Amino acid sequence: MIKQRILVLLTGLAFLGYGILTKEYLKVMRKAVTICLECIGIG
Amino acid sequence: MDKRSVVQWLSTLLYNANLPGFVQGRIYRGPLKSLCVPGLNCYSCPGAVGACPLGSLQSSLSGVILHFPFYVLGLLLIFGVLFGRAICGWACPFGLVQELLYKLPTPKIKLTPAVQRFTLLKYLITVLFLIVLPLGYYYVDGIGIPAFCKFICPAGTLEAALPLASVNTGIRSSLGALFSWKLVVLLVVLAASIFIYRPFCRFLCPLGAIYSLFNKLSAYGIKVDMEKCIGCDKCLHHCPMQCQKVGDRECIDCGACAKVCPTKAISLGKK
Repeated sequence: MIKQRILVLLTGLAFLGYGILTKEYLKVMRKAVTICLECIGIG
Repeated sequence: MDKRSVVQWLSTLLYNANLPGFVQGRIYRGPLKSLCVPGLNCYSCPGAVGACPLGSLQSSLSGVILHFPFYVLGLLLIFGVLFGRAICGWACPFGLVQELLYKLPTPKIKLTPAVQRFTLLKYLITVLFLIVLPLGYYYVDGIGIPAFCKFICPAGTLEAALPLASVNTGIRSSLGALFSWKLVVLLVVLAASIFIYRPFCRFLCPLGAIYSLFNKLSAYGIKVDMEKCIGCDKCLHHCPMQCQKVGDRECIDCGACAKVCPTKAISLGKK
């Protein structure tokens, strides 16, 4: 169980690290700082 | 107020710390919005200071360019493997809303085992609305859509649409049939929450579905000392989520079982 936990954690950290390196967090931010018309029911 | 309620309220306030946004009818646009909060909290909520993990996940399959969501998936894997559905029980604002409604003094409905099977619906919704529909729209129209946000998410209606529409005349005048549908979904969920414990979490929430995959694996959560357990099943009889087994995929680590265990075999903490 601990090995699986560590594996998943390392995978998560690797994904996160890769996402930071490729500046994917900026894509998240770009979406989050604009009012999501779908979310508020405008479409 | 118990520890869990305090953490729930603190999380809700922390996720939505941009209080002036509610008065101004504008959303926060600062750098914290690049970070996903662990619970379900619409990033178009005027108070939201972080991004919604579900919305961010869908946005990778929306728009004209698809990309594998390493960043958001990485965060979900980390949240999940550390806490599993304890996030649902301790750090989700929409979970808190449902619990507050459940406190209203009305008769409560315990679901039958046959109805309990419909808790699998949230996995179907996850696949359909987070993956299939966005990709389907992409291949048909050339642009994917955040289908869960658009057609279902009641948190978006409650936290974003209603507060924004109440102070922003431009948004209010743009609301139409889609908003009406989403309002119906919200009202049904809120009404159901008065009689059924956390119906959205149990039947519809993709984030709960994702975190439930980590429940057995997570580092923190409910654990049972089998040497102390006498098999009385008092834990299961008192479980508000009607788990079949302590710590199963429906368990949100609320600790109700630990409170009633006569031998103190159940505890909440590092597993």
